[in-house]
Amino acid sequence: MEQKKGLIQKWFGRKNGRGSAKSVNYMSAKEIRQISRENRRITDEFERVRNRENVPESEYTAVMKDPGNILEIEDLNTWFFTDIGTVKAVDGVTFSVPRGKTVGVVGESGCGKSVTALSIMQLVQRPQGQVVKGELRFATDDLTIDLVRIPTEKMQKIRGNEISMIFQEPMTSLNPVFKVGMQIDEVIALHNEGMKSEEVKARTIEMIKLVGIANAEGVYDMYPHELSGGMRQRAMIAMALACTPKLIIADEPTTALDVTIQAQIMDLLRQLKERINSSIMLITHDLGVIAEMADYVVVMYAGRIVEQGTAAEVFHHPSHPYTVGLMASRPSRIRSAEQLYSIPGSVPNPIDMPNYCYFRDRCNRAFEACNGDYPPTFSISGTHSAACYHYSAVSEVGK
Amino acid sequence: MRRYVLKRLFISVILLFFVSLIIYMIMRSLPTSYVEAQARTLSMRPGAKSYTDWLLQLQQAYGLNIGLVPGFFKWMSNAITGNFGDSWVFNVPVTQKFTDVIWDSFILASIAMVLQIMISIPLGIHAARKQYSRSDYAITVFALLGISLPTFFFATVLKLIFSVWLGWFDLYGKVGRDYMQLDAFGKFMDVSSHFVLPIMTLTIIGVGSLMRYTRTNMLEVLNADFIRTARAKGLSERRVINYHAFRNTLIPIVTILGGSLPGLFAGALITETLFQIPGIGYTGYQAMVSGDIPFTMFYMIFLAVLTLLGTLIADILYAVVDPRVRIK
Repeated sequence: MEQKKGLIQKWFGRKNGRGSAKSVNYMSAKEIRQISRENRRITDEFERVRNRENVPESEYTAVMKDPGNILEIEDLNTWFFTDIGTVKAVDGVTFSVPRGKTVGVVGESGCGKSVTALSIMQLVQRPQGQVVKGELRFATDDLTIDLVRIPTEKMQKIRGNEISMIFQEPMTSLNPVFKVGMQIDEVIALHNEGMKSEEVKARTIEMIKLVGIANAEGVYDMYPHELSGGMRQRAMIAMALACTPKLIIADEPTTALDVTIQAQIMDLLRQLKERINSSIMLITHDLGVIAEMADYVVVMYAGRIVEQGTAAEVFHHPSHPYTVGLMASRPSRIRSAEQLYSIPGSVPNPIDMPNYCYFRDRCNRAFEACNGDYPPTFSISGTHSAACYHYSAVSEVGK
Repeated sequence: MRRYVLKRLFISVILLFFVSLIIYMIMRSLPTSYVEAQARTLSMRPGAKSYTDWLLQLQQAYGLNIGLVPGFFKWMSNAITGNFGDSWVFNVPVTQKFTDVIWDSFILASIAMVLQIMISIPLGIHAARKQYSRSDYAITVFALLGISLPTFFFATVLKLIFSVWLGWFDLYGKVGRDYMQLDAFGKFMDVSSHFVLPIMTLTIIGVGSLMRYTRTNMLEVLNADFIRTARAKGLSERRVINYHAFRNTLIPIVTILGGSLPGLFAGALITETLFQIPGIGYTGYQAMVSGDIPFTMFYMIFLAVLTLLGTLIADILYAVVDPRVRIK
């Protein structure tokens, strides 16, 4: 969230090109107070609904559209109610994660990838951050539940057990005052009631071995500060996989690690995924990792999906100009260039987004149609679609 | 760890030497001299010797006729053998006067400290969890009042409410007027009821800072990545706060509590004076203003020892709660 706040401030430092968004430099204290009062009213209402007791099960059960999917995200809207206005961090995101497949989510910093993941885990910073609209259908063994509406105490049985998450920062993601073994024990004991403590320990050591740490018994009794970054990320992965989750959300798992360790961690994730047959939602801005790991790719820009398709489609036929730009801006052995390509301009102000394609002002292929409303999603093939007017000739899928 | 503690103890001894040297120098150089005051009173008696004669005689008697440095070493050689001399003002051995008055202060301070911890840590955690909520603002304002308003203000307000309006407790004193007629349990209850208001005063003025400290640290910990990890594991909110977050908040709190060890014995001068309780704060103050060198020296050195011990204990506790600072 810190990162998000920083970005907002950065964006406000610049003047918005179109002038439609209000510049914060001219915001009076009165206006800020008004916004914050209004925010409080809205978030209090969300919190009231969220904190009800004895929510009937019918309220949070749902039906999967395709039984082959483990997770279906439909029209997800996660907004942050800040004192300077509402930030639509995730604005109508729709995609699904099939069973046993890897879905890669790419996009630049601040485009809503992590917030999507945190929404799935119900870990968005409340009360400012709220999922205001949409459904997150997740198939458990017996019933399909809606992760947006499920009460927190029920969600605690899913977190770490059915869905687990690997975070970006291995250096700070483990609690410094507890031993690594104890931290993994904790999650196993929590989700396997009645398991004896020796069994829990045996399972933990098995998990530590599984993630490729040789000295498993030794590491069990070590504190996080005694391990290197790569080892800590392995411990995090062991913790995430300890209860054989159906869905693993890996939020930039290798960003903080050096390149050799990155490859090892990615290999490890892929092997383990095969072994426990779970799905992975892989969030990254490293296109190389996506190309290697993902079956499907979702490209996000400013809180919306601009293009999605199978990995082959997106990599071999990038359609949205933003995806094309992303592809061009990665270093390559084939093209030799003096300078690395970068997409001109910057992401627009997240408060009061204009109602036209968010990428229009940075796009080198913009034409008259782009001055219209935000483009709906046009399908290019059965699995491939892009939100760009260049593909309006092909049939429209819907918004 | 053992080597570390031994090393620290060795350093403490050196520090203690210089601390006592400085205190002795200051005490000897103070403008209020017990001997001068005595000589003045004695010389005013009818038919008495002159002031200068008395002064010389008294200086001889009290061992002040030698210079600062020899005087210090003389004091120290006695102190090392456990002989701190007699108090000039109270006319009894220093240690005896000290044991007479210390326990009242210690009981007041220790009960107040336990209450402070019991009130301020849960409040601080609550305020941090509900940051910017109404209860957070209420707690913060309360803490600010506790920090900024002086002791005598609270003492007076408490006296007004509980003694004058409600008539529950006496205004001041350690015992009631019929103390001597009471049986053992009655005596205990009598003293206890006289200690209620001083303890309340001490608690109110101390709660604020510890609460603010807990709140700040808890906020920092709650924003840490590992708290998000703990939640992502599926742990209940209670376990996340009371176990994962609290263990990390404990690290800075322990330092503060270790440092407050001398405070338990230092006495509370203002509170003790306001409630007329003959504790060490009040006695120490009396000894100091009348230039009672043996008593003041003993009191000061005692506090210095406790301060050094307190920091050492804080450092050891630090290693207990934070595995990152453990010395192999």
